[in-house]
Amino acid sequence: MVLNKEIDRYNLQPKKFILWLFIVSSIIFFAGLTSGFIVYTGDVGKTLNVQLPNVFIYSTAVIILSSLTLHWSFLQNKKLRFTQQRLGLWLTFVLGVVFIGLQIYGWSVWTNLGVFFINSNASISFVYAFTFLHIIHIIAGLIILIAAIIGSYGNLPNVKNTFRMEISSIFWHFVDILWIYLYLFLLLNQ
Amino acid sequence: MSTIAIPNSATMHHDDHAHEHHKETFLTKYIFSQDHKMIAKQFLITGIIMGVIAMTLSILFRIQLAYPDQSFPLLEVLLGKFAPEGRLDPNFYLSLVTIHGTIMVFFVLTAGLSGTFSNLLIPLQLGARDMASPFMNMLSYWLFFSASVIMLSTFFIESGPAGGGWTIYPPLSALPKAMPGSGLGMTLWLVSMILFVASSLMGGINYVSTILNMRTKGMDLWKMPLTIWAFFLTAILGILSFPVLVAGVVLLIFDRSFGTSFYLSDIYIGGQALANEGGSPILWEHLFWFLGHPEVYIVIMPAMGIASEVMSVNSRKPIFGYHAMVYSLIGITVLSFIVWGHHMFVTGMNPFLGGVFMITTLIIAVPSAVKTFNWLATLWRGNIRFTPAMLFAIGLVSFFISGGLTGIWLGNAALDINLHDTYFVVAHFHLVMGSAAIFGMLAGIYHWFPKMFGRLMNPKLGYLHFWLTFASAYLVFFPMHFMGLDGVPRRYYAFTEFESMQKWLSVNVFITWAAILGAVAQVAFLFNFFYSIFFGEKSTQNPWQANTLEWTTPVERIHGNWPGEIPTVYRWSYDYSKPGHDEDFITQDTPLSATMSSNLPHDFEGNEEAERIQEQWNIEHKNVDSREEVK
Repeated sequence: MVLNKEIDRYNLQPKKFILWLFIVSSIIFFAGLTSGFIVYTGDVGKTLNVQLPNVFIYSTAVIILSSLTLHWSFLQNKKLRFTQQRLGLWLTFVLGVVFIGLQIYGWSVWTNLGVFFINSNASISFVYAFTFLHIIHIIAGLIILIAAIIGSYGNLPNVKNTFRMEISSIFWHFVDILWIYLYLFLLLNQ
Repeated sequence: MSTIAIPNSATMHHDDHAHEHHKETFLTKYIFSQDHKMIAKQFLITGIIMGVIAMTLSILFRIQLAYPDQSFPLLEVLLGKFAPEGRLDPNFYLSLVTIHGTIMVFFVLTAGLSGTFSNLLIPLQLGARDMASPFMNMLSYWLFFSASVIMLSTFFIESGPAGGGWTIYPPLSALPKAMPGSGLGMTLWLVSMILFVASSLMGGINYVSTILNMRTKGMDLWKMPLTIWAFFLTAILGILSFPVLVAGVVLLIFDRSFGTSFYLSDIYIGGQALANEGGSPILWEHLFWFLGHPEVYIVIMPAMGIASEVMSVNSRKPIFGYHAMVYSLIGITVLSFIVWGHHMFVTGMNPFLGGVFMITTLIIAVPSAVKTFNWLATLWRGNIRFTPAMLFAIGLVSFFISGGLTGIWLGNAALDINLHDTYFVVAHFHLVMGSAAIFGMLAGIYHWFPKMFGRLMNPKLGYLHFWLTFASAYLVFFPMHFMGLDGVPRRYYAFTEFESMQKWLSVNVFITWAAILGAVAQVAFLFNFFYSIFFGEKSTQNPWQANTLEWTTPVERIHGNWPGEIPTVYRWSYDYSKPGHDEDFITQDTPLSATMSSNLPHDFEGNEEAERIQEQWNIEHKNVDSREEVK
């Protein structure tokens, strides 16, 4: 009976569910922004008339690769190979930082062409806004990754380590898919 | 592996927990508390303080409307340069209207209402020790508190609080130079709202996760009280709509502070053209009202849930049409996302699109009417106990009917074009979501006060509070319908200066005095509330003889809610006056085996073994089948 009572108090399932709900609200946030883009281009008649920076292709490749390394790390954790798990997490973290760098390089490509954030064609401002707000999500993901990296150094019970691993996987794959959605959305509206 | 580790980690936590419990200080118990009951009280008291402030603001601008030519030197003493020579400054008047709306809609009726009762009742009525994430819950309160402080701090800055209306339409909100209320006050308004949305999201996410994951044994979704259903759907509405407001606000901040043109185009200030070009202010209206309309249901649905519970308990009858009540809440939730365009009929919207929004809007009348008829049917031939909570719940139904009927007018595009932005709209929403939601909140306060503080509020002061508030709310808002039909515009500083509207001055005086009466009536409540916390009559464990689980917890309100095991649930929460039972209520944790004389066949949910045992019992005790008698 005592055991039963403890489980109702220390079950981690509700906490994982909180993350899913956060992801739902995040999806709604970007759905709101992209609908705003559609309403804007529809109402005002100004469309995205500049080509997206080519570097976005590379950043897309990097973020997909980072999802793969994170999944590899996740599998290593299942097999209790903690050193490999840690390596995978660090790789993912570095790839995440590289992704941010590439996005910022993308902005500089545009500003060098004279395509600025402050623009009379707000559909271009929208592209900056999308990438900026996505980078904020990436930074949140990096913070969660740091928590998972700390957990992988073995000073926590393995349930907690695995839990952090699951949390960071769910969130990181989400921000990955989110970028792919935004990129495809922009390509289709070009 | 994980199965081995779970007990370990649990014991470890338990030690932690016991340790924490011993060194509970004032700071961890009352300030940075992670206990849902304490957080509920924090939300409630902050909400009440914000409510009193917002009410005072409304009295200030009502004085201006009633006496536009008169000087009140006291105002200058109190407000300084916001009321030069004892008369309100026109810009400050706009700020008062804006902040009154903002505080009432968001800080009182969203955070004050959901924050209080979701936090208090979700764990207590579902049989959980606390929320899914108590830490996030604490964070949610402190973000709300910071948002409140920032919002109020704008009264102390040079240019005054935001003044563009609570809907902060651009360009007024996007150009700091547009008017005094567009300056620093507006910036702080935006900061405050972002904190507020973060608080709401954390709260809402916590509520949904708790409801779906942490119900006690036997508490399936269809045994949940209607309060929980209402809080659940409200939280879902919040999660799905608040992020869109944030998206809109982020773009607005870019326009304000970085010079982008999402919402701005072709604007001249002082004869000078601005650089902004190509933006669309209508885009803001779409993003805002996609939140804004669900927001009014975020305000009213918890009040509806509270009213359902209070009316069933005090009618000593099961709620009429439990399933219909749930499905109508779900219907309102779904429909609320596809009606936002009815706020925008006069923006040059395509008439066909306006027709679509009109139809979806009018369909909301169906679930709303289902709820209203079910409340009335719950009262019908009930054994009614007129407690103060019950009176306020009935008051909610009254306001919901009289305010809801005018919603049918305003939902029609053809009528709305005439009535848009007049006092008719003011009358409509103050009755249907303002007064109704406040009455639901007050019903909840009177009903669950014993659960929060272990004492009862004084019923006589409660009756005085109810009748004065009820009368004054109608006296304030009902005449506004006629002003609106005459075309009197809302938000104007001195509309009685127009020759055609001078005749409304006497009505304005009447409304202002009715509003002052309503404000004074709240003193009865405030005294009762704060006095009873310390000196009220001690409550028994189940003062209203209600069925729900919160009344099975000890009066002392301990951490973890139940001293022993969490009770198991065997029945729905509405077994009041069940034929064959010796009392007129059966609590949810009473097993069917303890109520053999009142069980009905459908109580067994198709469990044939239980049905057989019951039949056996009936034969042995020569129990006349109560079904037959009822038929």
